[in-house]
Amino acid sequence: MARKSDINRLNRRTFMKASAATGAALAAGSVFAPSVRAAQTLKLGYVSPQTGPLAPFAEADKFIISSFLETVKGGVKVGGAKLPVEVTVKDSQSNPNRAAEVAKELIVSNKIDLMLVASTPETTNPVSTQCEIEEVPCISSVAPWQPYFIGRQANPAGGPPAWKPFNYTYHFFWGLEDVIAVYTNMWQQVKTDKSVGGLFPNDGDGNAWGSKQVGFPPVLDKLGFKLTDPGRYQNLTDDFTAQIAAFKKANCDIITGVMIPPDFTTFWNQASQQGFKPKVASIGKAILFPVAVEALGKNGNNLSSEVWWTPNHPFKSSLTGQSAKQLADAYEKSSGKQWTQPIGFVHALFELAVDVAKRSGNAGDNKAMVKAIAATNLHTVVGPIAWNGKNLPPFAAKNIAKTPLVGGQWRLRNGNKYDIVITDNKTAPEIPVGGKMEPIA
Amino acid sequence: MFGWIDTVIQGILLGGLYSLYATGLSVIFGIMRLVNLAHGDLIVLPAFLMLALVGVGVPIVLALAIVVPLMYAGGYVLQTVMLNRVLGRNILPPLLITFGLSIIVQNGLLEGFSADTRFLNVGPLQSASLPLGGGIAFGIMPLICLAAAVAVIVLLNAVFYRTAVGRAFRATSDDVQIAQLMGINDRSIYALTMGIALAVCAVAGFFLGARSNFDPSIGPARLLYAFEAVIIGGLGSLWGTLAGGIVVGLAQTIGAHLDPEWQILAGHVAFLIVLVIRPRGLFPRAVD
Repeated sequence: MARKSDINRLNRRTFMKASAATGAALAAGSVFAPSVRAAQTLKLGYVSPQTGPLAPFAEADKFIISSFLETVKGGVKVGGAKLPVEVTVKDSQSNPNRAAEVAKELIVSNKIDLMLVASTPETTNPVSTQCEIEEVPCISSVAPWQPYFIGRQANPAGGPPAWKPFNYTYHFFWGLEDVIAVYTNMWQQVKTDKSVGGLFPNDGDGNAWGSKQVGFPPVLDKLGFKLTDPGRYQNLTDDFTAQIAAFKKANCDIITGVMIPPDFTTFWNQASQQGFKPKVASIGKAILFPVAVEALGKNGNNLSSEVWWTPNHPFKSSLTGQSAKQLADAYEKSSGKQWTQPIGFVHALFELAVDVAKRSGNAGDNKAMVKAIAATNLHTVVGPIAWNGKNLPPFAAKNIAKTPLVGGQWRLRNGNKYDIVITDNKTAPEIPVGGKMEPIA
Repeated sequence: MFGWIDTVIQGILLGGLYSLYATGLSVIFGIMRLVNLAHGDLIVLPAFLMLALVGVGVPIVLALAIVVPLMYAGGYVLQTVMLNRVLGRNILPPLLITFGLSIIVQNGLLEGFSADTRFLNVGPLQSASLPLGGGIAFGIMPLICLAAAVAVIVLLNAVFYRTAVGRAFRATSDDVQIAQLMGINDRSIYALTMGIALAVCAVAGFFLGARSNFDPSIGPARLLYAFEAVIIGGLGSLWGTLAGGIVVGLAQTIGAHLDPEWQILAGHVAFLIVLVIRPRGLFPRAVD
């Protein structure tokens, strides 16, 4: 809670400074400038999970928003006038109901021009849905597009003709098909017996990954991998003996799954305690953040995962001109912590906000804003973003823009720190690899 | 066949962890009839304290040795300055205080340690394994955990059944008013109880942190198993709590052996079955 009010206070203060400066500049620059202009602001709302179990996703928010406000303190040019920028930050507390509530507050009380929302379907979906109802433009990210798009449909099981596109809400990220491609590409680099063990929990992600229609099973079948899926387990399980026994029996060389960090640690420790040592382990979600890999001690070396953004991505911010590397360095310097993947995407959200507002001609006009979002073609720090339907099925073409996804392995550095090294870029050749896949020793 | 032996061994080892979670709760519940909703968070708190000590270069075992008396003192103070003021005929005020405490501890930890997921590194012990042949192997850490659970219970039983203060504990548990007539100050007994319970929480926190990741919000999830172990074991019996933990652990691994979807459910079902057959638990001591 304290963290939230901190951000708010900081914003208000910075905003006051910015608006005072803009007012002074206007007064000095032109006596004929209409006084009403000085009172106008570009109002952005931002919702993310700053507390609760999803909080690691939002750890860099404070840094990104304060450096964003610093960048735009001179205002943003919209329709011939320089508008001061105001960002109101709300915490979803990792709770979808709370996310919907604060979204409504931002729309009704703060009268925002554009909603930005990040991190996991539990945050993006309720906020986007509120925006769709209230007809407020919204850009979201950091959630695979399937749970975002299909999860918000009236009938998620209905299939494409029943799935309707949205009018005010737009999303950029990658999808399940990209993870599957990245993982199988990585596995083909290592000599294995092609026997795969699956650890899919009984939650939204686990059911999608393990789904016989859209998940791993059909693709693995086609590529000649044999999948051992013992069944959906509950999150926060304390014992994985049954799964380990099943994988041992099937001689699995490869382990995959989408697990929460405590479950993967439990599994990985138990696996080595019970004498099960696969050659490859590609895990979604659990080993996204370096601290989670450090928690595994030396046993985290050469675990692999999907990679959405690193400082080595060859992209630049349209807002500050910083390269991915410079952005990550700035975060590490200001926080004293290692960079994490959401940094690039949260930064890109604010890049898009400024770009869209500039092109809209009138930030207060929601129709003009939506038109500007749809027409976006911006090179951001996470790559080019355009809602042009590229690599997407027709039903999702309007609202989804895809960003590149590659695969990487965590490598031990100086005995206790981990760095992710990109080991497979067949899915996005523009992103350089840093090494080859290595089997887990 | 080996599969089943493996399942049973792992279930018993898991039960050791659950009974460590539950012992502190069992002591508080048995003596004060207080349901401590902050119990899960009070297991996570010492884990973070140990992490902080390890962070400044204290060896992990020494950190445990420091945090156990620290939690004891913390529990004593907590009971004296806060919970004793609201203990009375109405069970709701102390319940609400522990609920509030749970929120305070979670948010305090979030503020102090951030939301990062952490781990207590015990070095090579973390993945050390003891092969039994026939493809069965189990970890040294879970074995130490079970041994610690048994040791804690042996120690607490020695205190409760062989010392004068232990007699006072049991008397207070049986009938507060009569105990008071005999000159026992129930409030100071309660303060000692909370101290002991939180010292056990520190031990539980160590094994929680060395088995799997923890973050400030993970406490409440551990509370449920602890409750079930206490109720299955029967009120006031510490060996019962150990048995209760093992019942939950075994039910989970056996359930998972049949189908991983049934793992958590099987633990809860075992709890319900015990409640139906023996509503007072397997080994109840107190008569109320």
